[in-house]
Amino acid sequence: MILEVEDLHTYIGEFHILQGVSLKVPSGSVTVILGRNGAGKTTTLRSIMGLIPHRKGKITFEGRSIERLPAHRVAQLGVGYVPEDQGIFTCLTVEENLRLAMRNGTSGKLLEKVLDLFPDLRVALRKKAGNLSGGQRQMLALGRALVTGSRLLLVDEPSKGLAPVMVERVAGAISQIKKEITIVLVEQNFRLAKAVGDYYSIIDDGRTVVSGKMGELVENHELLERYLGVKQAAR
Amino acid sequence: MDAYINLLTNGIATGMAIFLLAVGLSIIFGLMSVLNFAHGAFFMWGAYVGAWIFGLTKSFTLALTSAVLVGAIIGLVVERSTISRVYGNHVSQMLLTMGLMLVLGEMVKVFWGPNILTSPLPAYLAGSWDLNGVIIIKYRLFTIIVGAATALAVYLILKRTRLGIIVRAGVENPEMVQALGIDIRKVFSLVFAFGAALAALGGAIMGPLGGSISPTMGLENQLLAFIVVVIGGLGSFIGSLIGAILVGITGALVSWFLPEAALAVNILLMAVVLLLRPTGLFGGSGL
Repeated sequence: MILEVEDLHTYIGEFHILQGVSLKVPSGSVTVILGRNGAGKTTTLRSIMGLIPHRKGKITFEGRSIERLPAHRVAQLGVGYVPEDQGIFTCLTVEENLRLAMRNGTSGKLLEKVLDLFPDLRVALRKKAGNLSGGQRQMLALGRALVTGSRLLLVDEPSKGLAPVMVERVAGAISQIKKEITIVLVEQNFRLAKAVGDYYSIIDDGRTVVSGKMGELVENHELLERYLGVKQAAR
Repeated sequence: MDAYINLLTNGIATGMAIFLLAVGLSIIFGLMSVLNFAHGAFFMWGAYVGAWIFGLTKSFTLALTSAVLVGAIIGLVVERSTISRVYGNHVSQMLLTMGLMLVLGEMVKVFWGPNILTSPLPAYLAGSWDLNGVIIIKYRLFTIIVGAATALAVYLILKRTRLGIIVRAGVENPEMVQALGIDIRKVFSLVFAFGAALAALGGAIMGPLGGSISPTMGLENQLLAFIVVVIGGLGSFIGSLIGAILVGITGALVSWFLPEAALAVNILLMAVVLLLRPTGLFGGSGL
């Protein structure tokens, strides 16, 4: 297990948002966190990343406890983060966005690899990131997380607001990336989740209700309908 | 014609000193969203330390260097010991920085007394040149050169260095900078100290420009700097520069033709800019 989360409780102001989230992420897999809007998926990723403090629970990354660490330490240990709004620095160029993420010791090779993976970025290196399309921004957000040299990537709803064609491309990119890096993906788009996911974990009302292999979930109509509202036709 | 050139150089020179004060204020707000009501105190400390060291050593270079150093040190101490505890809490920040302004102002009185002091020039910068009937006051030209050189240096740091990229990215989204593995708190401290140092340099230069320094100069110039920052756009470097020159020239022209309206006109200028462009002239432009 590259990441283990046990009984995580997080408050935002007065609100008890996470009331017991647990997650086991095997190395080299894509684990998809599913659940309704407001179930606590984003808060789970932000708690793991150290961007919001949690009150209770254990978080272990590569056997090392990372709870109570500030976000920059978590990132330095090898966890990359792609937020829901992509967190692109629109005032910087594409190249500056990537360079900012590179650390001492990140090789130019890694950057080349990322640019091979996302050719759109290579041609736009000098462009202001604010001028990129939604799909290109998502590519840049993923690429930027990759050049940090992270071994685990937390990706929040990469399909959000993208045209179906771009969703396909994001799915393709994730399938490519997953060969080299473990991914925890929050996703509402079940087609995308199904296409790239190896494991799933469903969060409902701030609690992990069920986890398992993606292949089994696809067959489990009752679960899909109860927690995700996925109807027969959408599958 | 003479009068206009005189007013123009005076305006630009004052603008440059205000720019040095405003640029730190603007970047500190942009990056840490702290509205620093103590920023003028660094300016005042710079002016007093500069005049004091110049009186002791007769070296103007040493005077400016000491002002910058003292500004950086006070800035760093203030940020580490107090401001870093109230990030994210605007009400506390306001109360704290206003309190700091009072404390730092009173400390100036403790060390140098409450009266207006003279702030002399070195001999080699006193006097003026006569270029075919156009009188150029040497110290004003010096102020403009120092201001422009500092502006260029800050610009290059922001544009070319890794620290500059971090600062620009942090102005837009500090949380994401952290998520990329950068300790933004360290960057905050550095930028705060750097902003305070620039303000102190501005003060040390402003002293001899007006000829005198007083314990109220911090607040007076801070007000101008706030106007500059609002006109230029919060967080914008270019905005601070253009805004400061605009405010400097307007101030010089108005105080020549209609002295009692000097501040009113600057506030009017701010109101007009806000009506036409609520984000300021260069707000959100990224530099």
